Amino acid sequence: MERFLVFVRKEFLHIFRDFRTLIILFLLPGALILLFGFVVSTDLKNATVSFLDLSNDEMTQKIADKICSSGFFRKGDNIRDFSEIDQALRANKVKAVVVFEKDFSRNIISKGKANVHIITDGSEPNMATMTTNYISAIITDFNNELAGSSAKGILLVQPEVRMFYNPALKSQHMFVPGVITLIMILVCALMTSITITREKELGTMEALLVSPLKPVQIILGKILPYFILSFIDVIIILLLSWLVFDLPVKGSLALLLAESMLYILMSLSIGILISTVSSTMQQAIFISLVGMMLPTVLLSGFIYPIENMPKIYDWISAVLPPRYFIVIVKNVMIKGTGFAYVWKETLILVFFTLLAIGISMRKFRIRLQ
Amino acid sequence: MRTILYLIRKEFLQIFRDKFIGKAIFAIPIVQMLVLVPAVTFEIKEVRICIVDKDLTTESRELESRIVGSTFFRVIYATFSEKEANDLLHRGRCDLVLQIPHGFGNDIGKGIPTGVMASANAINAMNAQLSWGYLSGVIQGYNMNILAREINSRTFTPVPQIGITTRFWYNELLNYNWYMLPGILGILVLAIGFILAGLNLVKEKESGTIEQMNVTPVRKYQFMIAKIAPFLVIGLVDLALGLAIGKLVFDIPFIGSLGLLFICSAVFMIAVLGLALFISTFSGTQQQYMFTAFFFMIIFILMSGIFTPLESMPDWAQKIDLVNPVVYIMRINRMVILKGSTFQDIRMEFLALVLIALTTTTLAVVRYRKTA
Repeated sequence: MERFLVFVRKEFLHIFRDFRTLIILFLLPGALILLFGFVVSTDLKNATVSFLDLSNDEMTQKIADKICSSGFFRKGDNIRDFSEIDQALRANKVKAVVVFEKDFSRNIISKGKANVHIITDGSEPNMATMTTNYISAIITDFNNELAGSSAKGILLVQPEVRMFYNPALKSQHMFVPGVITLIMILVCALMTSITITREKELGTMEALLVSPLKPVQIILGKILPYFILSFIDVIIILLLSWLVFDLPVKGSLALLLAESMLYILMSLSIGILISTVSSTMQQAIFISLVGMMLPTVLLSGFIYPIENMPKIYDWISAVLPPRYFIVIVKNVMIKGTGFAYVWKETLILVFFTLLAIGISMRKFRIRLQ
Repeated sequence: MRTILYLIRKEFLQIFRDKFIGKAIFAIPIVQMLVLVPAVTFEIKEVRICIVDKDLTTESRELESRIVGSTFFRVIYATFSEKEANDLLHRGRCDLVLQIPHGFGNDIGKGIPTGVMASANAINAMNAQLSWGYLSGVIQGYNMNILAREINSRTFTPVPQIGITTRFWYNELLNYNWYMLPGILGILVLAIGFILAGLNLVKEKESGTIEQMNVTPVRKYQFMIAKIAPFLVIGLVDLALGLAIGKLVFDIPFIGSLGLLFICSAVFMIAVLGLALFISTFSGTQQQYMFTAFFFMIIFILMSGIFTPLESMPDWAQKIDLVNPVVYIMRINRMVILKGSTFQDIRMEFLALVLIALTTTTLAVVRYRKTA
């Protein structure tokens, strides 16, 4: 036991000696949380809209003003000709062009009907849908004002909605669980796999293997310091989300921390697994970063909901542990549900941990070639 | 010049000596493109809804059948118990609960305004808003239907109407694959160059071979060019592979000029590789390099506008983004591939990339010391 502690101390010394990596380790979760909180958002804001106003009367100007004063849009240069639309969209100068037909208000008054055409840049589908919907809603609103209150009173069924768990519809509820999940798995897998392959590459692994330490002790000694550091990371993220975004842990904090420990342990085991299959640090880094970063971001339900993907991705993402941890964090942290709601996901994480450890044990060679 | 060619040859040999890396630099991007591109979409396929009908009249059934008939909704459960329905929402089995109160049909019959109550799981705010949008659309349709019946019995003056037509240019069907592929391609090229080039230099430091390099008459810039060139070639080959997949598998229209795309990507790669080498001059170990690089990379990517619109970011963040090379390549990729933008359209982005590339490579050459 004493021997083991000395070994752990050695590992800690390795980590503390590299001060910059340590700083980044603690800076990264903070930076990401703030980035998602204050910088990156999927809301529509300041999208540039231009108008091709073929009638240029009072009514079309009113509609244009209404669109631009909504806060979602910024007015771009006016367009005078149909051929200019393509130019403006192609040069990314505008996101949408609104075309008013000729004699717009005269048509409304005499025929009771006038047409407006919305052209958006479909190369960004999400943006295009949002701009189209918002502009249509604003024009419909204008239409209703025009029609007067007479039409409104007749709408018999007035639906009401309650937004559960997130009444203000903030995007933080989505990304805080995501950031914890992403950081933990990448950092843990990266760190453990590097630290073990490093010993292999530098040849110091031989020294360790001939020492009286058992292989299990070597591995445990390697992951224990990172386990502690990652746990501190989780606490930093939770504190930040509570203090900065006012998003506290609604359910049991103890349960969330215990689940995080399980997830960290699992990520570390994956790191060990990676280190057993790679012989150089470069390979280990390549697998843990290039191989794992994008699938974790895109397939775990972090940014893009799994339910929206084609059916087959339900199966593909089933082998990605982050998917389950995100569910756990969302349940415990945001919905405030108890263990009864997440036991299945917990079991799956335990299974992945055992699987990774099992395979590594079989593959871990105590002799070099 | 000959010196540089020899050095480049040496670098290539070193990269491909590692069989795993040699295969992985081409295999991983291909596999990830094939798997990831079709997965990513914000579009909602179906909304799982649970209906609590406490009224059970012709009117409430009519509303229900409208929901069942809509392609967006799948009614997974119908119950009388509000508690049971909320529990389903809690467990994540359904996305929406719709409650029709007792007396709903009666009120409609009398022409008294009445209400229905929906509850949504709003952890994913965007999804919740969209599903709610669909549901209000259905209810709106139901209202219009009643209205139409009313018109027959009452005299009614027609209301002025603005007809709205919409059109999505360049991607009429809003195919997400077309949108994501250029973006994911950009990230993969970035990741491979950034990780491998930097590690390569640091590894030489760690194993001490860099000192042998330093005592040769090779000039600093020659050394740097030799470190950049192989990864530039690999990055462009990856790009070509990715574009081929885009064309063959995802049927992406290539409207713009391929040459322009490759020139821009080459400048982008040089900018990224210069930065990678610059960071590696500060790093003593591969681990240290990796964490610094990872830090920059993830921030570059998240702020690049690949997942979220750039315009939604606050002004100060957009100013910081001026030095983020990923922003420009993301924009150029999408503009040239999907919209057929010409050099005239992307000249500002191109200029920015050239400036960044010049800066990072100069910094790398200046920072690199031949003396230990």
